[in-house]
Amino acid sequence: MMANQKGACECRQETEEQKYQRISRVIEEYKGREGSLIQILHMAQGIFGYLPLELQQFIAQKLDKPLSEIYGVTTFYSFFATKPRGENTIRVCLGTACYVRGGKKIIDRLQEILSIGVGETTGDGKFTLEVMRCIGACGLAPAITINDQVYKQVNPDKLQTIIEKYY
Amino acid sequence: MVNLTINNKPVSVREGITIFEAAKQNNILIPHFCYLEGVHQIGSCRICVVEVEGARSLQASCMVQVREGMKVHTNTSKVKKARKVLYELMLSDHPRDCLSCARNQNCEFQKLGELIQINEFRFEGEKSKISVDESSPSIVRDTSKCILCRRCVTICNQVQGVGVLNAQKRGFKTQIGPAEELPLNSVNCAFCGQCTTVCPVGALQEKDSIQTVWNALFDKNKRVVIQTAPAIRAALGEEFGYNPGTLVTGKMVTALRDMGFHDVFDTNFAADLTIIEEGHELLQRLINALTGDKTATLPMITSCSPGWIKYVEHTFPEELEHLSTCKSPHMMLGALVKSYYAKKIGVDPKDIFVVSVMPCTAKKFEITRPEMVNDGYPNVDAVLTTRELARMIKDAGIEFKELAGGKFDDPLGLSTGAADIFAATGGVMEAALRTVYEVVTGRELPFDKLHVTPIVGLSQIKTAELKIENPLPEYRFLDGVTVKIAVTSGLAGAKKLMTEVAGDNSPYHFIEVMGCPGGCISGGGQPRPTNNMVRKLRLEAIYKEDEGKELRKSHQNPFITKLYDDFLEKPLGHRSHELLHTHYVKRGI
Repeated sequence: MMANQKGACECRQETEEQKYQRISRVIEEYKGREGSLIQILHMAQGIFGYLPLELQQFIAQKLDKPLSEIYGVTTFYSFFATKPRGENTIRVCLGTACYVRGGKKIIDRLQEILSIGVGETTGDGKFTLEVMRCIGACGLAPAITINDQVYKQVNPDKLQTIIEKYY
Repeated sequence: MVNLTINNKPVSVREGITIFEAAKQNNILIPHFCYLEGVHQIGSCRICVVEVEGARSLQASCMVQVREGMKVHTNTSKVKKARKVLYELMLSDHPRDCLSCARNQNCEFQKLGELIQINEFRFEGEKSKISVDESSPSIVRDTSKCILCRRCVTICNQVQGVGVLNAQKRGFKTQIGPAEELPLNSVNCAFCGQCTTVCPVGALQEKDSIQTVWNALFDKNKRVVIQTAPAIRAALGEEFGYNPGTLVTGKMVTALRDMGFHDVFDTNFAADLTIIEEGHELLQRLINALTGDKTATLPMITSCSPGWIKYVEHTFPEELEHLSTCKSPHMMLGALVKSYYAKKIGVDPKDIFVVSVMPCTAKKFEITRPEMVNDGYPNVDAVLTTRELARMIKDAGIEFKELAGGKFDDPLGLSTGAADIFAATGGVMEAALRTVYEVVTGRELPFDKLHVTPIVGLSQIKTAELKIENPLPEYRFLDGVTVKIAVTSGLAGAKKLMTEVAGDNSPYHFIEVMGCPGGCISGGGQPRPTNNMVRKLRLEAIYKEDEGKELRKSHQNPFITKLYDDFLEKPLGHRSHELLHTHYVKRGI
């Protein structure tokens, strides 16, 4: 493949095959270590954006574990997505502190603005909306994250402005 | 030894055991539910909680080991209250349709309720999602009845090493099942049915064939032939209150006749036939290998267990050449009934309905395989498990314990002791050796009571070597050859042996695999409960049946000789290939 002249991140241009090669290397490195499945799935999601069934099957085979076990883990933790995510993932914290300070209202407003439910992705592929149980930012409650960015003390009226930054 | 008190009573028990076990040893049976001794002790149901002085919360007695000076209380107000609430919460997400459940009166959840005694349903609310998976011909999954004890998960993953069932999702949405809610017939389930033997409720059961069989019996135009597998006679009695290990061969035959079956045959007959066919197949493969034919595939592996066959088709699809091409015995018998026997009695095979009573749920799948059809007729029309047969006998109003002993019908009802031991792990191998060794050397197999002791018992993998010396002239090429054999039961053991085979480093010539731990005596269709003590007693019964017979080697069965003279001509001959042999399907995962 030709080098990207601007030197920008190339991961968007990576072929499926290259992605599978990358995750294979990760699996080889972690294989045999007790409790490494979650790490592997975490990195797989980093590489592929989500964890389609074929990818879970691939990981299952490489680790010599049953698919039902892998799938059990990916459906247990809400961080793992089995469907493609939008370009940006909005996570609304509904841990105790955020909940009592109005997290639920934020969810409601976001569903309204984006016209999607929790766990869904907008039709233009721009946003995925998720709920988290405590992101560890209780002092900033109510908090949301968009990708890796944390937004503190959010109130429903601020949401439109925040979201517009991503268009 | 560890000293502790249980309900203020000082006891002294072995170190390393759990509170539950310590209590049991001292005649205190702590109410429990998900616990399965030695197999499943993960404390998922919490019913067995007890109070331990100094501990912050109630402790699951099946998980916590005894410690010196521990003060345990199993029957306090706090414990009883917790147990009751736990039970009520489980019940609040259960259909409570006991009267229309196949497990009615035979349900561990019901039994627990009898003990806990609730007098109202305090918690009413949302019920978790219901899905009934009837996709497989063998097993029905009804998640509405599941109480999430995870016994099936342990059996499927740890014991069988298949891993089709696991907990999916979390919290109230948790469901036990395959990935992505896939139906059982589209995943690599072997249909061994071990999950159905441990499920405490009606969430996992064999697919019911009872009505199909009654319908055939009520059809005046049908000649209904039944056959019973060797393992049934050593377990059916348990359904009627006999102790495990009680042989009920004669009563079983009488019951079947009383129910209206026209011919009561013994799958054992076909087990003897299997030995003749499979024994010759083994000899043929050995001859080919020793005379330098590089295409000869060794080790040869037995093919009687359809759960094992389905497993290997999924997991080792490139190794199917190793499987003996012999159909399993009941399929052979079905094929003979609709050809040889039909002609003999002058009945059109289309009017014959063959029922097999099997200790197995995978057999229900096996009869649906397209390979199991001859001249357009399925070899076998319906399979009943031991449990289903018991229900039918009760439904027919037959007082089983009062029955006089009957005898199987000729000619497909006579068998040797070698056929009986097909029910036990190591049995097919031993039966084959009894015949093959004698064919090759002209001498009897050199073991006490003909039992190949190294391959008897419940160990996962058993091996033995047999040196052939002074064979008959036509087998001169085998002189000095040491035949290496291995036996395993349960799919986790099979996986170990198959990994060697797939890696071309298996040292064996002949391998016996049975899909269920212990062999058919503890198959997925056998009475509940099955544990190691029950397995041992059933095994003893099977060996007793074998030793009680005058004829103990398959090649001595006079009706087998007659069958070859009159019909089949010779082992591995043209007719045998058509009727008694099969091929396999690469399934993958």
